[in-house]
Amino acid sequence: MPDEDLSIRASALNHWFGAGEARKQALFDIDLRIRRGSFIVMVGPSGSGKTTLLTLLGCLREIQEGSVLLLGQELRNATTAQNVRLRRRLGFIFQAHNLHESLTARQNVLMGLQVKGRMDREVSDKAAAHILTLLGLSERLDYLPANLSGGQKQRVAIGRALVGNPDVVLADEPTAALDWETAASVVDLLKQLGRARGTTTLMVTHDNRILDRADRILTLEDGRLVGDEDRT
Amino acid sequence: MSRLLTRLLGRLPIGWLQLVHQRGRFAAALSGVAFANVLVFVQLGLMSSMGVSTLRPYQFFQGDILISAADANTLTDGGNVARQWMLQALADPDVVDGMGLFVAMVPWDRGETDISLTTFGIDPFRTAFLAPEIAADIDVLQVQDAAILDRLARGLTQEEAAAIRLQTPLSFETQGRTLTAYDTFAGGGGFVGDGYLLVSDQTFLSLFPARSSGAPDHILLRLRPGAQPDAVVDRLKTLIADPTLRIRSYADAMDEEVRFQQTQRPTGVIFGFGVLIGVLVGIVIVFQVLSADVADHLREYATFKAMGYGQGFFLGVVVEEAVILGVLGFIPGVIAGWGILTLMAKVTTLPLFISFGMAVTVFIGTVVFSALSGMIATRRLAAADPADLF
Ligand SMILES: Nc1ncnc2c1ncn2[C@@H]1O[C@H](COP(=O)(O)OP(=O)(O)OP(=O)(O)O)[C@@H](O)[C@H]1O
Ligand SMILES: [Mg+2]
Repeated sequence: MPDEDLSIRASALNHWFGAGEARKQALFDIDLRIRRGSFIVMVGPSGSGKTTLLTLLGCLREIQEGSVLLLGQELRNATTAQNVRLRRRLGFIFQAHNLHESLTARQNVLMGLQVKGRMDREVSDKAAAHILTLLGLSERLDYLPANLSGGQKQRVAIGRALVGNPDVVLADEPTAALDWETAASVVDLLKQLGRARGTTTLMVTHDNRILDRADRILTLEDGRLVGDEDRT
Repeated sequence: MSRLLTRLLGRLPIGWLQLVHQRGRFAAALSGVAFANVLVFVQLGLMSSMGVSTLRPYQFFQGDILISAADANTLTDGGNVARQWMLQALADPDVVDGMGLFVAMVPWDRGETDISLTTFGIDPFRTAFLAPEIAADIDVLQVQDAAILDRLARGLTQEEAAAIRLQTPLSFETQGRTLTAYDTFAGGGGFVGDGYLLVSDQTFLSLFPARSSGAPDHILLRLRPGAQPDAVVDRLKTLIADPTLRIRSYADAMDEEVRFQQTQRPTGVIFGFGVLIGVLVGIVIVFQVLSADVADHLREYATFKAMGYGQGFFLGVVVEEAVILGVLGFIPGVIAGWGILTLMAKVTTLPLFISFGMAVTVFIGTVVFSALSGMIATRRLAAADPADLF
C-alpha cells in the first residue's frame, strides 16, 4: 500500500503514563497502517489502551516514542501551529460529549465549522441545521445541552465532529448512549462519507452490531495490537 | 447583544454567552468591577480636588518668582524671609517690582462652628501683584482693619455672603480685634483652611503683633515683560546664595506644592493609596471571575483545542469577557462615583467632580487591566495537551 493512500501510519509507537516509580507503559510497539476512506473499528477490554492510541493518532497527545504519520504529516515533535492546523482536518468524537453548556445545539455544531475561519452566517447556520437534521435533531436546534437527553447530546457532538467535513474521524465509543436505530444511522453516515469523500473513520466500540459493518477490526489487549481482521 | 457581538467578532460570542449563562457570577463580577471603579473615582476625585484647591490661593496673585524659606513646602508653612532679599533681587535688571506676602490662619468663632481662614496680608498699593478680580476691590483694604472675605468659605451662608458690600459690611471679632469685610471674592474651602481672607499688610501686622514688617512669609517678584523666569531664578540663586531660602519660578512653586500635597501629606498619600487599592480590588475580582470561568470550562476548552482552536481563540474569549465586564461595570461605576462625589462636594465645598479625562483614563484602565488579568487566566490552557484536560 503506497503512503499516499494512507490516512494514518504508526510505527514502533510506545507510550507511558506517570513518572519514576509510577511510570507505566500503556502502549507497546504499535505498528498500524490505515487506508483512506476505510471504516475501522477498534475493540479491546477496558484499560487496554484504546483511548490512549486514539488520542495519539489524533494529535491530542504528544508522541513519546515511535512515529505517527497523519495525513502525510509527522506528529513526533510537530510544532503547536502544525498540530492546530492538522486538528482542523479531524473530527473527534469523545467518550464524554463535552458540549459547551452555554451554547445551543446549533451553536455547538457551528463551533466545528467556525474553526476553519470566518464564514457566511447563513451558509454555516444551514450546514449546522442540516447535519443536526440528519441526526434526527431538527426539533432541538436551539436547545441548550441541559435540556437534551444523553443520546441527543451525543448526537450533537457527532454533528459537531462531522459538520466540517473532516478527512479523518476518530470516535471513542460514540454510540454507547444511542439506541440501535440512531447508532446504525450514524455508522451508515460515516461509511457513506468514506465512500463519497474518502473520509477515514477509526471507531472504538463494544457494539457487536457495529463490528458487522466494519471494513477492518483491530483488537487491543494490554497495550498491544493483538488482532487485525480485514472484512472487505 | 449576541447578534451584535457575532458581527463584531466574526464568531460566536462565546465569552458573552458564557457570562450570561451564569447570571449570578456575572452580576457579582459586574458589581465588583463597578465597586472598584467607584473607589478609584472617589479617590481620584479627591486627589484632583486637592490639586485644584491647592492651586486656588496661587490664583489670587500674579507674580513670576516666589522667594520662600527653605522649609516652606506650601504657601502656608515655613519660616519667614527677610525683606532685604527683595531689595537685593530688585538689583537684577529683569526684576521690576517685589511684594512681601504675609500668611497666617485666622480663627473665626461663628457660634456653633468655628472656622479657620487662610489670611493673606498684602500691600494694597501694589495692585499689579493681584488677580484682576481682587485688584478691582482692593482699595478698601487701605482702611485699617478692613478685609475682603471669601464668599465661598465654609460656614458662611450664601445669603450672608451676598449681603456683604461697602454700605452693609460684615464685622467679626478675631485675635482681639474687630475686622470688617467690605467686599468678597471667590476662594473656597480647601484641605488646609475653610476659606480665605485678604487684609492689608498693616492690618495683618496688627492682628499678629509678633510678626515684623521686615520679615514676610514670601516675597513675590514681577519681571520685565519677556524675561525668562527660570533664567532669572538661576541668576538670583547665585546673587542670593543663602541656603535658608528657596527661590523658584511661580509656576514651579505651584507644581511643587501640588506634588508635595499629593505625595508627602498623609491625605494625599491616602488618596493615592486608595486609587491603588481600587485598581487592585478590580484586578483581583476580574482575575478571580475569569480564572474560575476558565477552570469551569476546562473540558469544553480542551474540546475546542482538540478541534483545532489555538491559544489566540481562548485569549479572544477571555478578553471578550474582560472587555464586557470592563464596559458594563464601568457604567454603574461612573454613575455611582459621580453621585458620591457630588454629594461629598455639597458637604465639603471641595471641588469634587469626575472630569472627562478622568473618566476616559479609568475606562481604559478598567478594560486594559481586565484584559490583562484575563490573559493570565488562560495561561494554564496554553501548555496542556488536550487529552490531559478531559
Ligand atoms: N492520564 C493518564 N494517566 C495515567 N494513566 C493513564 C492515563 N490515561 C490512561 N491511563 C492508563 O493507561 C491505560 C490505558 O488506558 P485507556 O484509557 O487508553 O484504556 P481504554 O482502552 O480506553 O479503556 P476504556 O475501555 O475503559 O475506555 C490504563 O491502564 C489507564 O489506567
Ligand atoms: Mg477509553
